[in-house]
Amino acid sequence: MSNLAIQKKSVAYRKKILTYIKKAKAGHTGGSLSCIDILNVLYNEVMNVSPDNFHDPDRDRYIQSKGHSVEALFVVLADKGFFPESDLETLCQYQSHYVGHPTRKVNGVEQNTGALGHGLPICAGVALAGKMDKKDYKVYTLLGDGELAEGSNWEAAMVAAHYKLDNLTAIVDRNTLQITDRTRNVCNSEPLAEKFQAFGWAVKEVDGHNFGELKDTFLSAPFEKGKPNLVIANTTKGKGISFMEDVLKWHHGVPSDEEFEQCMQELEQFTNTFETVQ
Amino acid sequence: MNLGIPNLVAFAETLEALAENDHKIVAVTSDSRGSGKLVAFVKKYPDQIVEVGIAEQNLVGMATGLASTGKKVFAVSPSCFLTARSLEQIKNDVCYSDNPVNLIGISAGVSYGALGTTHHSLHDLAVLRAINNLNIIVPADNFETRNAIKLAANLEEPVFIRFGKRAMYDLHSESSKFELGKGIKIKNGKDVAFIATGETVYPALQAAELLEKEGIGCRVISMHSIKPFDEVLLLETAQNCGAIITVEEHSVNGGLGELCAGLLMQQGIALPFKIVGIPDEYTATGSQLEIFQHYGISPEGLFKMGKEIVKK
Repeated sequence: MSNLAIQKKSVAYRKKILTYIKKAKAGHTGGSLSCIDILNVLYNEVMNVSPDNFHDPDRDRYIQSKGHSVEALFVVLADKGFFPESDLETLCQYQSHYVGHPTRKVNGVEQNTGALGHGLPICAGVALAGKMDKKDYKVYTLLGDGELAEGSNWEAAMVAAHYKLDNLTAIVDRNTLQITDRTRNVCNSEPLAEKFQAFGWAVKEVDGHNFGELKDTFLSAPFEKGKPNLVIANTTKGKGISFMEDVLKWHHGVPSDEEFEQCMQELEQFTNTFETVQ
Repeated sequence: MNLGIPNLVAFAETLEALAENDHKIVAVTSDSRGSGKLVAFVKKYPDQIVEVGIAEQNLVGMATGLASTGKKVFAVSPSCFLTARSLEQIKNDVCYSDNPVNLIGISAGVSYGALGTTHHSLHDLAVLRAINNLNIIVPADNFETRNAIKLAANLEEPVFIRFGKRAMYDLHSESSKFELGKGIKIKNGKDVAFIATGETVYPALQAAELLEKEGIGCRVISMHSIKPFDEVLLLETAQNCGAIITVEEHSVNGGLGELCAGLLMQQGIALPFKIVGIPDEYTATGSQLEIFQHYGISPEGLFKMGKEIVKK
């Protein structure tokens, strides 16, 4: 896919994320906007997964550990054809499968997540099964930087290195904010790269909104043979909307009518910029 | 009655036998292969064991990931840690996500008696009963244990099985039938019924034999299946027996006894009824048998309770 096409998708995804959060009057806005470019690249440029092969044992797997950014996942899965986008009209409504965290009731979701610190251990299990069965599939999980305070991540980090799971890539959406404050002020996880390196991982740091850099990084895994891969994606919470970027209240803020209008105008301008570039 | 082997050993032998013909069987341990009697399994099937170290959350998380790819996974760890430390992984990764992990709680209840409360699991049935999509089995003897493990291996649903480490008497004949969700009647008297589960079935049976010598007819049921539960057998017992005593190696809060009481009350059935288990207090110390004795989970203790309840 061309860089322009990917860029356009990211803008379209942002519009959809905001539209469905607005309609549901709930959602994790800032985090969905910080990780959407990562999901865009994974699903459209990197992973071998689609509605056609979703039950194929050889498919690549993505498990979203930071489950609260579900709106980002849902709009990408809808775009990939896992379900009609109109389903998202029911987001967070009575008896809808489209709840505020990923569930397997939604086609395309590998595992139910939402409680933090669960994705990495499960992915380590999937990756180890891949090694045991001599499969070529790759396993990806997306973690929040605040989420890394959960101890289960470090249990899994140890065992993933122990079993040399170089078919596993964990991505940290390092937007540096969590619900209370800056992650460094709540419980500092830095120096993150050095921590994972000390645990036996190969680490790369990228701009989490740079499509080319993300793609090249993911495709270059394993970064070192026999080591699990960590991608520290430096992102901006609320990315793409001027008044949301890096602002704490948009962790799960819902835009007003006026704010929503401004969001759409800003995103429209982004699209126009891409067309000019072309 | 023959003294068999510990249910723990029956589990390990059964798993070994299953693994021989089924490469999808995988045991996952948290530095618990020795406690789980799986050393021989590891030697025979080194490609079917996953060791995660002392990390029970990761044990269940990894087990989930392995099971999601089609492996028949047995996550083996002391029940005290498995059902407390990794409760959220059981709730979300195994049950909510519907991954067919078999959770094996070894040395359950007060099997680790003298090691103290950190190593007791008197909460496990209560907390796991409240989690949707989990089969809960508490086998009483080797026959029930072997059958429970074989059943779990091919069920393709989440299962929790817990047992202890002391040799158990064989309670059943060759013709006995083990079915998920069906209790097994061992005696069929009418004055008082002991509905027991796990390693308390044997003292209940011994108490019944003492009571029978005094002319008190006893029914004894091994209620190995806590979920799904044999409501039919419970109601039939309540209709045909004069009194019910439930017996369990678990807190009296939220276990077998309260399960039975709740079902009976909702059917409008009232009869003399007693819950015997570990009371809500700082647990007595000692061996499993000493702790049982302390709380009346013994032939003499249950005999006394049986005599008292039929007087009512």
